Order: sequence, then structure tokens, then C-alpha cells
Amino acid sequence: MKETLLLTKHMRENPEDSHSLKSYEKNGGYESVKKVLKSGTPEEVLQEIKDSNIRGRGGAGFPTGVKWGFLAEDEERYLVINGDESEPGTFKDRILLERDPHQLIEGMIITCFAANISKAFIYIRGEYAKPARRVQSAIEEAYEKGYLGKNIFGSSMNLDIVVHLGAGAYICGEETALLNSLEGRRGEPRLKPPFFPAVKGLYNKPTLVNNVETISSVPWIMSNSGKDYSSLGVEGSTGTRIFSLSGHINNPGNYEIEMGSSFGEFVDTLGKGVKNKAIKAYIPGGASAPWLRGDQLDVKMTIDDVANEGSMLGSGAVVMMDEDTNLVLAAKSLVSFFAHESCGQCTPCREGTTWLENILERVASGRGRLSDIDLLLDVCDNISPGLTWPPKMTTICPLGPSATASIVSLMKDFRSEVEVLLPKKVVIG
Amino acid sequence: MSWETERLEKAKQIIEMYPQKRSALGPLLYLAQDKDGYISNESIVEISGLIGITEVQVQSVASFYSMYKQEPTGKFLLSVCKSISCEISNSSDVINSVKNFTGLSNNETDDENFFTYESVECIGACGGAPAIQVNYETVEGLTPDKAVDLCKWLKEEEPEIVVADELQDKFGGVKSFDWAIADNNGATSPVPGFQTYDTSKEKK
Ligand SMILES: Cc1cc2nc3c(=O)[nH]c(=O)nc-3n(C[C@H](O)[C@H](O)[C@H](O)COP(=O)(O)O)c2cc1C
Ligand code: SF4
Ligand code: FES
Repeated sequence: MKETLLLTKHMRENPEDSHSLKSYEKNGGYESVKKVLKSGTPEEVLQEIKDSNIRGRGGAGFPTGVKWGFLAEDEERYLVINGDESEPGTFKDRILLERDPHQLIEGMIITCFAANISKAFIYIRGEYAKPARRVQSAIEEAYEKGYLGKNIFGSSMNLDIVVHLGAGAYICGEETALLNSLEGRRGEPRLKPPFFPAVKGLYNKPTLVNNVETISSVPWIMSNSGKDYSSLGVEGSTGTRIFSLSGHINNPGNYEIEMGSSFGEFVDTLGKGVKNKAIKAYIPGGASAPWLRGDQLDVKMTIDDVANEGSMLGSGAVVMMDEDTNLVLAAKSLVSFFAHESCGQCTPCREGTTWLENILERVASGRGRLSDIDLLLDVCDNISPGLTWPPKMTTICPLGPSATASIVSLMKDFRSEVEVLLPKKVVIG
Repeated sequence: MSWETERLEKAKQIIEMYPQKRSALGPLLYLAQDKDGYISNESIVEISGLIGITEVQVQSVASFYSMYKQEPTGKFLLSVCKSISCEISNSSDVINSVKNFTGLSNNETDDENFFTYESVECIGACGGAPAIQVNYETVEGLTPDKAVDLCKWLKEEEPEIVVADELQDKFGGVKSFDWAIADNNGATSPVPGFQTYDTSKEKK
């Protein structure tokens, strides 16, 4: 198994200065946008994106062309790039921001041309100080060259881009929370409907929200074609994707591959295997995704295949857990994450995640009660009735329901690991 | 103490970058924290005047986000990751060694206002777990011993500017990916070392 480098080719081949304008242009950068601005139309760009069948890389996997098509008419519209990347296990946007910021900027210019937008934002999580610096200086370079600002590339198009730093709240990755945050408010998700960003987004104006990786793919699609892109990968999961591989793995890292091979192959070849041990369980798509078992490594890495197994490809974060992993502690870490990151608007999420954390804490430390397994599942069921995946919602956003994923996985496939921590059943009579 | 002219000047530049003033609140809170190491009442008053929202509104937003500190922070903010990839790579040992060395528990600052310690959620360095940030500059592939070396070095050197690449070279190990060319920029205070503030839409 080999990588297919579209988005990460330039950075791989030019490690010394891939973040600079000079290197980007020397390797064909900004040619795509020049071509589009000179002889393309917004309709043509939209058609190419639709033809590419690319689905959003932020986690939800929504078809990008369809999303762009939804954008409501208005004189004032915005593009907001989601660079909040905080899903535990994920570090793919970081490399794109840090090592190839001009690719993102070029993708943004093309997107704004297609959607007739003249003001765009890049929302980067506050902890990504270095990536933000790289992006900021790339933007400055682009302004100096006349690639941003007024009449860019000598055309009639105007575009300003502002980098906006988040401040340590995972929930701001959820697009409506992100918009609240960008408006200077608490990062609390908005209720959909009516607040679909494409209709009522930033300042209640139509807004495209797209992930860093999604928009970084646009220059390649436009300098080749939507059809070329869709010929990579498999139906329903076209193109390449950058997977972040971590956990108990010999060769962790970001790998850009066509979707469609199995997790096992991925782990054995690119990941160089799991330190002489068997894999007990793995997370196929970030902290929000239900776990898969070590005997499920033949599952194909596509959005639909992983969904068929009752989990999700999500943010592309693959975390390997070997046979020595204490899965109760792993689940506790995941649940604490959600408890900490709950914005607090919805009772099931706010109270539920806190209770899950407390109960798991006592189970992990040997102070558990016999009834704790049922109690944990009951709390989960109150957050997401039926414990299905994709989860049923009782809340404004999917964060709360996602918190149940690891507990349900633990109870379904590894219940004995919990049971040994609990007191023995007393038989009466 | 109210804001000095230079800070006010920066604040105005930031406000101009946004279609609506209130959007500048986040970056202005960083300006405030850069001044005092936390969001002081004086800064809240200042910001409320600058963007025309009430002090309570400013406070309510500030308290929502974990990177806006409600209490004075030391010169060096040590943030150790405890999320899943780090957790299963023994981040708890790193956490213990940092806690032992500094004598601090979570969200505490020492008497000299030198270190603040916190355990945090994923900092996007999972391939290089376990990871830490010092004033939001990332170090990957830490060991408990290296973490202590890092703290000692900060104590001895008291660097004016914290640079991720330098720390990684000295104390780091496995990385999430090839960092390639070194960045010599960094943080001068416990806020992200990021200067939005000199570019604005006018720039050509
Ligand atoms: C709790 C939560 C966290 C999210 N975090 C992120 C994130 O960090 N980055 C991201 O791009 N999308 C994130 N998303 C998905 C966004 O809401 C949105 O779907 C995405 O940014 C759209 O871009 P795309 O279509 O290009 O994927 C998150 C969603 C939820 C519910
Ligand atoms: S589910 Fe949780 S994070 Fe999402 S809006 Fe409700 S309380 Fe906030
Ligand atoms: S889990 Fe620690 S950096 Fe991501």
C-alpha cells in the first residue's frame, strides 16, 4: 500500500520552504486560480466540485458541491474555514496550515470566486499558535503580491482574509458554535433550523463553513478536474484523505491515501505495525466514533464501510490500542473530554457527561458498584435513546450523544474488563 | 490600570478587520491577557468601552473559554495533554513528573508567579504523544524525565521568548510529522504567540 499525494506532495518534496509563496509558485501554485479567474465562471467551478464528489473532511462528510449549491443569495456572504481541529487523535489540519498555507489560500480564493464572496475568515484553534503564524505570514505575502485585497490577479475580484484564533473550546469546531465564537459570543451551538449556516450564518448572512482539508483540495481539483479527482478512491469516498494515525503504533503520522483499503493494511504498511502486539481495539474516526475491535481490521477505510460497522470515519483520526491497553481508563479519558468540552446548554449533555465521568472514575479506581454497568448505560440512554449509531439526538448538537460512543463500545465488546473491577455478586439464600 | 496607547492602537486595528465590532472580542481578550497574564477587571472595562457591549457580556464570554484565564498566570504556562492518544502513551507519568517538580496541582500557579500547571485536552500532537505546550508552543514525544529537564531549563534560562522548535530540539522525541524548517518565532507571554494585529485589509 502506497500513499497518493495530492495535498501533501508539495510539502513532502520541499521540506525546507513549502510554506513560502516562492516554493508554492515554483511548483505550480496559484496557477489554478489564475486560470479560473481568467477564463472560468463560478458555475464551472461549482460543476467541477460537484463532479469530484468530494465530501467534507471536517467529520460530517457532507458533499461539498451540494453545500455550495445551498448557499442562499445575498449581497453579503462569507466563507469561514474551520481550522478548530480539536477532536482527540486528529492532527491533519495542523500540517496543512503549518506546511502549506498557500494551498489553503488558493483554495479559498477559488471558493470565494465560485460563491461570489469577498470576505473570508480562517478560524484556527488558539493552541495552534505556530500554524496560525504560518498562515498569517502567508496571507501577508499574498497581499503583497496582489493575490488578496482589491482586484486580485488584476481581475475585478476583491477578497480579504482574516485569521481568527479560537480560545480553547472544542465545541467551537461545531460550525454554528464557531460562528457564534467568531461573532464574539460564547461558543454555544445554534439550533438548526433555522440556523443552517448556508442560509443564516455569520451575522445571520449566508455563510459557507468548510474544513481546512476540504478547501485545500480545491486547487488540485481545479488544476486537474473533478472527474480526475472522483476517479481516485471509491464511490462515495472519492479522492484522497489525510489520516492521522496515533496510539500504539510504530510509525505514527499523517498519511494521505485513497480511501478504500483496509485499516489492517494501513496499519501494517504505512504504520509499520503495532509494537509486536495484537490490537485490542481501535478508534476509526476520532474520539466521537465508536470503537472497532482488533478482529475488525479488515474493515475498509471508506465513509460507508465504517458506517456499516456502526461507527464513523469522522475526522480521519485512527487511534490504535494494543492488548495491554486498559480500556476502562481509555473510556474514562474520552468521557472526561466530552464532560469538559460540553458547552452546557442541554441538560442531557451537561449532566449526563459529568455523571458518566464520575461513575467511570469510581469504577476505574475500584470503588465501583454492581449496578454501575446498568447505570452507565442508563445515563447513555438518556443522552441518546436506544444507543444506536448514528446516535439519536436529545440535544442541540451531536457532542452529547458522541460521549456515549466509548461507553457503549466498552460494554458491548469488552464488558468483562469492567466487570472485574466491580464487587462480586452476593448470592442470597 | 487602563491600556497604554500602543495597546489601544492595536485594539483599534483589530476592530477594523471585522464587519462587526463585537467579533474583535476574542482577539482583544488575548491583548488583555498579554498585558496582565489574565483577564483583569480593568481590561474588561476597557474592552466593553471599545466594542460597545456591557462588562457582564465581556465577562460571560471570557469565562466560557479555557484559554482566557480568570486568575493571574505564571510566566510559563505548562499544559500537558491527557486526551486519548496521550493517555494510552503514559501521559499520566509525564503529568506526575511535572506536578512533582513544580509542586503544583491542576490550574495552580506557584508563589513566584513563575509556573502555572494545567492538564488539557488534545493539542493536536497525538502522533507525538505524550505532548505538552509551554505558552502554547508544542513539544512532542516527551518522557517524564525530559519533562523535568524542560521545567529545569525554563527555570534556569527564563527565556524571553518560547519557541516550539527550540524546545522540541532540546527536549522532544517522536513527532506527529516532519516539522521541516524551524520557526524562530514564539510566545512572549502565556498567550499564543500570534500577531494578527499588524495585517489588515488595507494592506496591499
Ligand atoms: C462537536 C463537533 C466538533 C466539530 N469539530 C470540527 C473541527 O474541529 N473541524 C471541522 O472542520 N469540523 C468540525 N465539526 C464539523 C463542523 O460542524 C462542520 O460540519 C464542518 O466544519 C463542515 O466542513 P466540511 O463540510 O468541509 O467538512 C465538528 C462538529 C461537531 C458536532
Ligand atoms: S449537546 Fe452538549 S455541547 Fe452540544 S449544544 Fe448541547 S450542551 Fe452544548
Ligand atoms: S491526544 Fe494528546 S495531543 Fe492529541
